[in-house]
Amino acid sequence: MFPGIPMLNYDVVVIGGGPAGMAAAVRAKELGLNVLLLDENDYLGGILPQCIHPGFGLHYFREELTGPEFAARLAKRLVELGVEYRTAARVMEIRNYSDLEKVVIFTSPSGAYQAWAKAIIYAAGARERHAFEIGIVGDRVAGVYTAGEAQTLMDIYGVMPGREVVIVGSGDVGLIMARRFALEGAKVKAVVELMPYPGGLARNVMILRDFDIPLYLSHKVVEVRGRGRVEKVKVVKVDENLNEIPGSEFWIEADTLIISAGLVPSVKKLTAIGVEIDPSTGGPVVNDRLETSVPGVFVAGNALLINDLVDYVAEQGELAAEGAKEFIENGGIGSRKWIRVEKGENVRLLAPHRLSGERDVYLYLRVARPMEDVELRIPEVGKRVKLSLATPAEMLRVKLKAEEIRNSEKLTVEVVRE
Amino acid sequence: MKTKVAIIGAGISGASIARVLSRYENLEVHLIEKAPDVGWGVSKANTALIHGGYDDDPEKYPMRAKLCIRGNRLWHQWVKELEIPHVWNGALIVATKDEDFDELEKLLERGRQNGVPEMRLVDRGELFHLEPDLTPEAIGALWVPIVGQIGPIPAVIAITENAVANGVKTHLETEVTGIKVENGEVRGVETKDGFIEADIVINAAGLYADRIARMAGIDYFEIHPRKGEYWLFDEGLPGPRRVLFPTPTPISKGIVVTTEISGHLMIGPNAQDLPQEEKENLSTTREGLEEVWEGAKKLWPQLPPRSKVIRTFAGLRPEPSGGDFIIKAEEEVGGFINVAGIRSPGLTSAPAIAYEVAEIIQRDLGIKLVEKSKWNPYRKEISHLFMMSPEGVNEAVKRNPSYGKVVCRCNNVSEGDVLEAIERMKFIGVKTPSVDSVKFRTKATTGTCQGSFCRPKIVMLLAREYGVEPWKVTLKGKGSEIGVGDVKALLRGDA
Repeated sequence: MFPGIPMLNYDVVVIGGGPAGMAAAVRAKELGLNVLLLDENDYLGGILPQCIHPGFGLHYFREELTGPEFAARLAKRLVELGVEYRTAARVMEIRNYSDLEKVVIFTSPSGAYQAWAKAIIYAAGARERHAFEIGIVGDRVAGVYTAGEAQTLMDIYGVMPGREVVIVGSGDVGLIMARRFALEGAKVKAVVELMPYPGGLARNVMILRDFDIPLYLSHKVVEVRGRGRVEKVKVVKVDENLNEIPGSEFWIEADTLIISAGLVPSVKKLTAIGVEIDPSTGGPVVNDRLETSVPGVFVAGNALLINDLVDYVAEQGELAAEGAKEFIENGGIGSRKWIRVEKGENVRLLAPHRLSGERDVYLYLRVARPMEDVELRIPEVGKRVKLSLATPAEMLRVKLKAEEIRNSEKLTVEVVRE
Repeated sequence: MKTKVAIIGAGISGASIARVLSRYENLEVHLIEKAPDVGWGVSKANTALIHGGYDDDPEKYPMRAKLCIRGNRLWHQWVKELEIPHVWNGALIVATKDEDFDELEKLLERGRQNGVPEMRLVDRGELFHLEPDLTPEAIGALWVPIVGQIGPIPAVIAITENAVANGVKTHLETEVTGIKVENGEVRGVETKDGFIEADIVINAAGLYADRIARMAGIDYFEIHPRKGEYWLFDEGLPGPRRVLFPTPTPISKGIVVTTEISGHLMIGPNAQDLPQEEKENLSTTREGLEEVWEGAKKLWPQLPPRSKVIRTFAGLRPEPSGGDFIIKAEEEVGGFINVAGIRSPGLTSAPAIAYEVAEIIQRDLGIKLVEKSKWNPYRKEISHLFMMSPEGVNEAVKRNPSYGKVVCRCNNVSEGDVLEAIERMKFIGVKTPSVDSVKFRTKATTGTCQGSFCRPKIVMLLAREYGVEPWKVTLKGKGSEIGVGDVKALLRGDA
């Protein structure tokens, strides 16, 4: 099909060598599939090698690990199993010729290749929202970084980005970077959060107290000023409708502004082949095999939806591999009447979107607003799960047993007060 | 003896002049620039249009009227010789009210006077054939097919590379502090890095052309900064096929809606006059951006959501007293040529300005220019992975494996592209490594993620190739360093 470039053949090509991709490749190999894993970085692990803080692996490895340790464990397993992988390999294009013929065109330092596969597991992760996307105006100067970029500079390349830091966003990434900066001797002058509540997990919100970092809730950074480098940032208070309150502006002097305003699943390569996207997750619409609307294309990890635990990411990778196995073995996932899963009250996003009712499944969801003493309910099947707290920061994961849902047409998930 | 020429300012005008003057055997050309790289002043941020030359009144602005259309014609040749990214897509000046046609008639007539070919009025039917998603309010337009778009900094870079290949000497990061004049004749240019002897001094200093002129004792004009702000959207969002202008008002050409050459929808600019002392004020403002948004919506109602914005930016145009380009040899200071007040349509006019200057040197300074027997008009564009076929990639990796390794994932820029950019930076004399220098040559960092994935990698490549510590690599020159030291520097107390 692409004369002049070498042709490779696999059962499954896994795109992305982070935790989702590695777990998928390992599982696929264990299931006897001929698999190729591609990653664009020089090293495996995705974003994990730069996450040098602990908090990884409690579910998946039943042990608390750092990011690099978590990545190393998966990589070790990958190597032991002899999974074929290539780093510094960037996917340029995916083409879907038919349900059983897909080709992944990638480049690498040894050249461009066409890798043909029956199934693809897409685990390319997410990107961070940047300053322009959240409407910050002013000067375009050095010292404005996304949290991940600052983390790469510090923990991969050993560069200290700045001395006095303002962080936009109190999600886990923002909070962890606040601690990271403080530990390396920088002054973290503020964490600025648009919402009236912090965005991160409770254990990470503690960081603010531990390091005496001011948190401005219901505030936003609107402007950056400086000559070559950031000199000050303008902060403004917002009301309950997130509208700016005139006259509430103030400036904070800082040489560094870290943007940690959320992640967006990387799906451009998928939309290019017609994969249906769920606007609320930003990732594909999937069934309980994590198969997208294009047959044989599976998705896992942050490309599916933004996860807060790497353990779930790896779990999704395994699930996608099992889906790919079934797909390849049977020449497709069997046709059935899928049970639709719909968002009810106080549910902002969820996945998967369609369930077979043939297997137990984990439902991943996030609420729209924080609530204490609530119940997750699925009225159609009378399911109720008590939760002492549900916040948008924390992804909820609920197991549904096949026999509970088997006879349903539709499931509505709501998180409401008891 | 060669005549020594010092050109102050390596923007589109200065670089074009340098290229044209590099044709002559008997000139020794020096291009002096205070920024670390070329094209970083007025040339950096603008609408990137090669205008049609129909809107400047030849009575009021004879230089603009003459040089714009001549520049447009010359660009057709220059983009090919120098492999400058470009598109000739034409412009529509859109009428939404019956009265607008009076103005369009005037423009059509002015276009005839200025020698603009191929213009005509189109009716509603033809208009929507040319531009189906235009505002339904549109009732007709003036169609100017000769309008095009180029990459303005890539153009300055290409022109400078060609000029250097033809013998021009660059002096980057060299701020001019004085002009030496003796007995009414220029003798050279004083800079922070020493004296540069010159028989001819050409002032192409953009926003600072008034300051430079004063150094030579010429003070009849002032340059005011006029700010314009822009929005740039993510790739793949529907934009117009042509350049869309509203019908102009007496004050402004109006806010343009266009798909710029990399395929991104872009809107802007507004026009805000700034005080004299704000020649460095490139801040975007809430008010200015809103004005642009509202203006653009009138032509293109389907603007994407704000979350699809990948960048906002501002540019400054140098507005001269009197409004026309000031391009002349000053009689009271022999050898001093002003190329000042090069506001819109300066980018379009640049090649014509350059030939105008060569003519002034011959005619007014009485120097007979002798053409080189071997002058190389060509320059090769740098390798772009995004333009290579898979087979092309395999050819390239045989030369250098780094061409197969992607650095910028949004725009598919390879490590090989970046290394080539660095080589070319060194070729024209860029001394301070900066990410922006790589960005303008490769398009890395300009995509959906705005560099959050690739910037650190580019910093490391610049550090290696320039032999500096990574934290000393800059975003855009001294004072914009990427970091303050190694990661333990603050704890040790030495940063």
